[in-house]
Amino acid sequence: MGINFNKDLDVHSDALRLRAERTRVLASNIANESTPGYQARDIDFNAAMQQLEQGGDTTSPGVEDSAIGYRVPNLPRADGNTVELGVEQAAFSQNAEDFQTSLTFLNMKIKGLSRAIEGN
Amino acid sequence: MSFREIAQIAGSAMNAQSLRLNTVASNLANAQTAATSEDQTYHARKPVFATVFRGGFDEPVGASVQVLDVVQSTEPLRKAHEPDNPAADANGDVFYPNVNSVAEMTDMMEASRAFETNVDVLSKVKSMQQSLLRLGEN
Repeated sequence: MGINFNKDLDVHSDALRLRAERTRVLASNIANESTPGYQARDIDFNAAMQQLEQGGDTTSPGVEDSAIGYRVPNLPRADGNTVELGVEQAAFSQNAEDFQTSLTFLNMKIKGLSRAIEGN
Repeated sequence: MSFREIAQIAGSAMNAQSLRLNTVASNLANAQTAATSEDQTYHARKPVFATVFRGGFDEPVGASVQVLDVVQSTEPLRKAHEPDNPAADANGDVFYPNVNSVAEMTDMMEASRAFETNVDVLSKVKSMQQSLLRLGEN
């Protein structure tokens, strides 16, 4: 019986990578909070995950375009900027926690494997 | 992983916001500087921000902030009749800058809050990266 590291760690390492990508998108939104005309974007985690699950190219660094959308603001601003700091901060901190969660799952997997290897 | 780029994005925003604070400080400092003619009078300065998409618009990569220019306000100057002022012209008039102190104060608060938000982003990303480095340790 062999252990396929890629297969065993797949879901969580994909999730981790998506979370990191999303962190970047959200950080961009926060950075452009006062840039006129900037439109906030976000990654649809479900869609992006499904794309990866369906045999997507796991070596490519990016996410498919179709999984990226523009944020619909609650209240439009006169300068055309759609960043709402509260919304972005909430999404950012939730995403950071989700990242830690994926990391914890990954850690548990690795620990489980190492326990199996050591046999105690 | 894209942490290095996130640090650059947050850094560009901090840079832009601190330049904005710089113009606010200049505007407030010179709010009461009288001058003889309109040309010599200090005009309020405003930075112009623009988005720089890293690696193309369509890709889900980051977007940092760039300061395109610092423009001078075209609001009318305030003219005052002060014959005693050493800077007064032949009619005894002086010109005061078109700085709106209340607007500058709110701008200052917004800039400093935006700066701090980006510092928070940076420190959160740092802790994410550190926990990633500890992956597999007990």
